Amino acid sequence: MQYEAPETTKAAAKLLFGTRGSTRVLAGGTDLLVQLRAGMKEPGLVVDIKHIAALGAIKKERGGFRIGAAVPSAEMSEHAGLCKAWPGVVEAAGLIGSTQIQGRATVAGNLCNASPAADSVPAMIAAGAVARIAGPRKRRDIPVEKIATGPGKTSLKKGELVESIFLPKRPPRSGDAYLRFIPRTEMDIAAASAGVSLTLDRKGVCTDARVALGAVGPRVILVKQAAKALIGTRLDEDALAALAAACSAAARPIDDKRGTQEFRTHVVGVLARRAARIAFERAGGK
Amino acid sequence: MSQIAVSTTVNGDAVEYLCESDETLLDVLRDRLELTGTKEGCGSGDCGACSVILDGRLVCSCLVLGAEAEGREVETIEGMAEGETLHPLQKKFLEHAALQCGVCTPGFLVAAKALLETNPDPSETEVRYWLAGNLCRCTGYDKIVRAVLDTAKDMRSV
Repeated sequence: MQYEAPETTKAAAKLLFGTRGSTRVLAGGTDLLVQLRAGMKEPGLVVDIKHIAALGAIKKERGGFRIGAAVPSAEMSEHAGLCKAWPGVVEAAGLIGSTQIQGRATVAGNLCNASPAADSVPAMIAAGAVARIAGPRKRRDIPVEKIATGPGKTSLKKGELVESIFLPKRPPRSGDAYLRFIPRTEMDIAAASAGVSLTLDRKGVCTDARVALGAVGPRVILVKQAAKALIGTRLDEDALAALAAACSAAARPIDDKRGTQEFRTHVVGVLARRAARIAFERAGGK
Repeated sequence: MSQIAVSTTVNGDAVEYLCESDETLLDVLRDRLELTGTKEGCGSGDCGACSVILDGRLVCSCLVLGAEAEGREVETIEGMAEGETLHPLQKKFLEHAALQCGVCTPGFLVAAKALLETNPDPSETEVRYWLAGNLCRCTGYDKIVRAVLDTAKDMRSV
């Protein structure tokens, strides 16, 4: 295995593009090093992106935030502006692993590891986050929901890497939230999860919403029917029941040691309605 | 494949070593630098026995490549006491008998030190959540949590 730590994104993309066989990007390494040790991945080249200065910062941009691909989640939790604008995204990233893991783990890495149970991904998809992809020739911006194609698989082409995640400017009266179910209180992987982001008008009526579900399918899913159940309502009991039903209807979970299909299908609806209520309150709804 | 030359700082001392590209910082510390206070538990970031501080952040050294330490600062359990004088946390761990077999102890001490540096007055809940990534199979955690809270109280009154 060759280890390289280039200082520009362009150099990183060139290395990834120009190397035959399997290559991996190393950001926080909290998934990659485990996979290397287990022999699940045997890359010929690992490209450490933490020496690329631009990727190590959270920057304000057009009223939103650009989070570099090498920023650990602990740094997100310490960023007052980001916590205020996107509490749901920050709380999702803050649920990943332990204090030690959060000192290293990145949301870009969480996205590219492409686990259906990745905690930050439903929150980012609900937030309408956009990934900036750098390649050997050009950059492109694509919605976060277009990255994972299945467990451990992404739509990135040879030589491409996620450079940053952009969280857009919030309209007034907006809020987001993320909840997951795990069999313990801490340090576990979601058996089901839900991210909700919404915007209210002056009267407290929901005008826009996005709902994304984790761990109930081969990848995180954006559920348009669930968002529709909220739009035009004040999140009354009927709207929340319709939201939960839409989420359960969209769920296609597996059965495993962390939860049965039946349990996950039900609980994902419960999580979505609770997350929607938290998002509603954060948006100033009553 | 030739080895990688790394220049780094460990417990304030400039250190240079050669390592393999896939060698972890934990293995470098233990096998090349003979700093065996840092323990290997699970090797997958679940148990926290290998906790060190890297550029001011608490991390699992089993999830860091030795090559990644280039130009950075590493703090291990060996840097915690000042000569023969134990760190207040070390003293309190002894006083409260917050250890039995001791394998998890260096990780707990390093993690608890990082906690008190960011939060000198943690609640019991904050201590328990911060240390959720450190596993102990002997003590049942209670004595560890008491030792950390007691240290925090003493250090605040100094």
